Amino acid sequence: MRSFLPEFDLRAPANLVDALETLAHEPGTWRPFAGGTDLMVLLEAGKLPPGRYLSLWGLPELRGIEITDDEIVVGALTTYTDVLQSDALQAECPLVCRAAAETGGVATQNRGTIGGNIVNASPAADTPPALLVYDADVDLVSVRGVRRVPYDRFHLGYKHMDLAPDELVQSVRLARGRGGWLQAWRKVGTRRAQAISKVCLASAIDLTGAAVRDIRIALGSVAPTVARASLAEAAIRGRALTHETIAAGCNALARDITPIDDLRSTAEYRLRVARNLLEEFLSSAVA
Amino acid sequence: MPSIGRSIPRREGRSKVTGRAQYVDDLTLPGMLFGATVRSTDPRGLIRRIDFDSEVPWSEFVVVTAADVPGVNRVALIVDDQPCLAADRVNHPEEPVVLLAHPDRHLVEEARRRVHIVVDPEPAVFSMDESLAGHTIVWGRDNIFKNYVVTRGDVDAAIANADVLVEGEYETGAQEQLYIEPNGMVATGNPADGVTVWGSMQCPYYIHKALKAIFNLPADKIRVVQMETGGGFGGKEEYPSIIACHAALLAWKAGAPVKLVYDRAEDMVATTKRHPSRTRHRTAVTRDGRLVAMDIDFVIDGGAYCTLSPVVLSRGTIHSAGPYLCPNVRLRGRAVATNAPPHGAFRGFGAPQSLFALERHMDRVAAAVGLTPDALRRRNFIRAGDTSAVGQVMRDPIDMVALLERALSIADYHAKRARFDEINPSLRVRKGIGLAAFMHGAGFTGSGEDHLASVVAVEAGADGRVRVLSSNTEIGQGTNTIFAQIAADTLGVPAESIEIAQPDTSIVPDSGPTVASRTCMVVGKLVETAARGLIAELKKVGFGDGADTLAFERACAAYAARFGPLRAIARYQAPPGLRWDDETYQGDAYGTYAWAVYVAEVSVDMTTWETRVDDFVAVQEVGKVINPTLATGQIEGGVAQAIGWALYERIVWREGRMANGEMTNYIMPTSMDLPPIRVFFEEQPYAYGPGGAKGIGELPMDGPAPAILNAVAHATGADPRAVPLMPETLMTLMETARV
Amino acid sequence: MSEVSAVTVSCRVNGVPAELRGHPMDRLLDVLRVELLLTGTKEGCGEGECGACSVVIDGQLVNSCLVPLLHARGTSITTIEGVAKGDRLHAVQQAFITNGGAQCGICTPGMVLAAVTLLERTPEPSLDDIRTALAGNLCRCTGYTRIFEAVLQACRATPPET
Repeated sequence: MRSFLPEFDLRAPANLVDALETLAHEPGTWRPFAGGTDLMVLLEAGKLPPGRYLSLWGLPELRGIEITDDEIVVGALTTYTDVLQSDALQAECPLVCRAAAETGGVATQNRGTIGGNIVNASPAADTPPALLVYDADVDLVSVRGVRRVPYDRFHLGYKHMDLAPDELVQSVRLARGRGGWLQAWRKVGTRRAQAISKVCLASAIDLTGAAVRDIRIALGSVAPTVARASLAEAAIRGRALTHETIAAGCNALARDITPIDDLRSTAEYRLRVARNLLEEFLSSAVA
Repeated sequence: MPSIGRSIPRREGRSKVTGRAQYVDDLTLPGMLFGATVRSTDPRGLIRRIDFDSEVPWSEFVVVTAADVPGVNRVALIVDDQPCLAADRVNHPEEPVVLLAHPDRHLVEEARRRVHIVVDPEPAVFSMDESLAGHTIVWGRDNIFKNYVVTRGDVDAAIANADVLVEGEYETGAQEQLYIEPNGMVATGNPADGVTVWGSMQCPYYIHKALKAIFNLPADKIRVVQMETGGGFGGKEEYPSIIACHAALLAWKAGAPVKLVYDRAEDMVATTKRHPSRTRHRTAVTRDGRLVAMDIDFVIDGGAYCTLSPVVLSRGTIHSAGPYLCPNVRLRGRAVATNAPPHGAFRGFGAPQSLFALERHMDRVAAAVGLTPDALRRRNFIRAGDTSAVGQVMRDPIDMVALLERALSIADYHAKRARFDEINPSLRVRKGIGLAAFMHGAGFTGSGEDHLASVVAVEAGADGRVRVLSSNTEIGQGTNTIFAQIAADTLGVPAESIEIAQPDTSIVPDSGPTVASRTCMVVGKLVETAARGLIAELKKVGFGDGADTLAFERACAAYAARFGPLRAIARYQAPPGLRWDDETYQGDAYGTYAWAVYVAEVSVDMTTWETRVDDFVAVQEVGKVINPTLATGQIEGGVAQAIGWALYERIVWREGRMANGEMTNYIMPTSMDLPPIRVFFEEQPYAYGPGGAKGIGELPMDGPAPAILNAVAHATGADPRAVPLMPETLMTLMETARV
Repeated sequence: MSEVSAVTVSCRVNGVPAELRGHPMDRLLDVLRVELLLTGTKEGCGEGECGACSVVIDGQLVNSCLVPLLHARGTSITTIEGVAKGDRLHAVQQAFITNGGAQCGICTPGMVLAAVTLLERTPEPSLDDIRTALAGNLCRCTGYTRIFEAVLQACRATPPET
């Protein structure tokens, strides 16, 4: 244990209101703590900022999956295991389930949460690219009320979010009705399980016509944040899915992303593989 | 019913599956303090001063520096060049300089970060090329720990007249042993009682020797006890001596027990790893593929201190010519210094490095003369009666061709090779199949076993209970179980009735270290011999050959009544006719060898350049198999570790320091990453092994990497020459190959 | 540790009520090992990567190095010491012994718990199910093959409850 525990505190609020009031009363003093699968690793390594942490783990208000007419609402405290057990998500948002299944091992999936994955704000996080494909909105809750932010505008830069110190992620709202789209999720990690991604692609394409009616492309580990590949989408949307269109999309993708060299891989590899993954998916769609 | 040859259950299996097995971190002594190690952040320089932050109440802490070493401040090993605690200079990052202890484990960790070692930096070298260039000398006169040259025939003439000359350079990376239990020791010590340590280790008497020198105490004042040990793989061969010395120095100064257990991050960055290597081959062959000359230049990076590098180099050099017959051979081996933490023992001990180079190279030689990989090898395998590259006449039966045929047949090698060639052009995920042929010498190299002169004792109580006493440790490989089997069969009693003494230097003799695939073959033979000695003694009370368990128990009772305690010892004696010349490095390098042919089948995803091993066939001849389940587990585990080395386990170095020292970033295979590993044994009993057994533990580390890279080459047409083969590297190679 | 922030957490450990006292961010791993002397739970990495510290909380496998003490409140925890019923080993434990599933033994407690929780959810798992369920438990000795064999044998030994 490389952290000095007396420099830390962890408290469990009585309920969500108590949690929000604590955050509002002493803004910036308390930091949310969910399943612990990221923060406890940092604590052990001596890399967690000392201070006061507010445990959200026991707040049922933040956990669970609710289905409305046009959305699936996933509570921030919903674990990967909960996600995997949701028939609605398996049917309508399969990429979120794929991502959850490839996040850590079973023990991590039992404790890691969707909200934690979002606010940890790692560009290599596994579920966010999938969330982007379903046009996720994020509901942020505070004593001031609930504020809804489109998820593709939530991450402002590396570890920088549109999230006030007194706000918590309450839930993620995923668009329904993509069941008919062709969907793909592929994580290229350092190994098959328990891996941090080198490149991750989530994509869905609506091919119910002569041309591409609509498309979503989102990537992890190739930019300071997980991101939609808007230029690539634009190069493909509305066109017939030909080899020329695919090539144009892949070329545009190279301008969407800004990969770097790090411990796990190289910028060059990430760029090439990101293009290849998109090309692989789109080619399979043609076939 | 004989026990040898049967899969009797692991002796300590029950305590392991119930969580009752006691590892070092499970041990708590009254009044125990917690230790921590302050290490250098600089790779090389003079220690100007050590700053202790003023806000820490240092009087509550035990603080140990080099000045507190009562004896000689050196880790006793081969050259004794490594200080136990750096005194005036540091030679690598993470070199231990100051030790701390305190009753509160959190406080000692906090204090550790408040000690600053201020170093005046000196130029350092971080690669074998820089070290060999010699512009900056960081060790001795020339940065060379050891240099061997072994020659046979006239290599230069043979190469000058060669039909075909194939050259190549091959590299292997460092590898972390990554035993799942980190290193640790608990120590007590004071002038009256001497020093006792309990810990995770492979070699109690290495630690014993190191402690004697550090404390300048007589042997009987030092006691070393092995706790249950959570994996070693060589990583707990020499480094535990340092941890034991550190824990004991703290305990000695504190006058209280001290626990010093590394966390994963410290274990990863500070302790030993497999030596990185570079091998250059120049091979002359006839047009029809017969080896005429092999010129091999093998270099390993030893890190900052000599430690075990000369013997790692020796094994690597001797194995570098592989299981082949060649009339003209020149083997050159050099171990060089760099300013990284010393590299050390790791399963295979130099042989995986040089055999990787050879077996990858042999595929290229085959291609150069238009032969298939198996045809070239078949044409050149060494046979019984032939003389090896280091002048060893191979006296035992060898049938590499049979191993090859069996492996190819089980793997369906030829059919798959043909089919993959046909289908690959149209596939996004290409398939390949590759093989490697190799051997591993069991026991210490050359005269090593003579110098060790290992001793094992077997004793029996009046109740007929038999106890085997050796310093060889159970580290997961099955020592307890196979020793019980060997003793049981010799004595004609059930294996369950044999007790294996916990390795504790106050009661067990020095049967040598638990390394070098020697525990079964060499020490197991001593168990057998000592057990025979026990029977010889029992003859005094009329115990006859072929008697049953009841007769044995009666004889033990009768013996105890008449003569007192019954104990027999066995001391190592070399098998007759072995000779080795330490000067010329020629002769019988090993008593015998295990032989193997492995076949790997891979998929290479052309979208991501990821390689996956789909199937693995391991065929080997290891003498008599004592315990099939344990032996199979050894092979499977070794293959898994070698697959890691081949494809996943890359260490990122930054100025001599491991930058990815976390299990998140140093990637070992999970249950999702490994293929079915299919293990097959040929049994050719070895006359001087217990029940005919040879060594087995290291063999499976040698073959998988070249077999896998040969398969990748087959799948892709690329020419990978280095492990680990990362997708990023293969991507670049594929670009080159496309030209 | 400052007394101000110390907490007492009530829970059940291996079926027995327990009061665990410590800092709320103490790792459950440490509390089990140090306070309750349940040393069968091992520390392999401290980063949630190796699974040696696996315990079962309310039926779910977790890495106890990543669970703060505070999160144990009101839970029911099973450690390796709670798997056998007295001297009677769980079928998974027996199968690990028989099949060579344990070598050095340091990953074994976590591996056994991962297998036990798998069989509780999926009494007749496929090999892929087993590979997936054990992917968070690293073993450096076996190459996993003997472990897969052990789990398959254990589920043959324990017919699913009807």
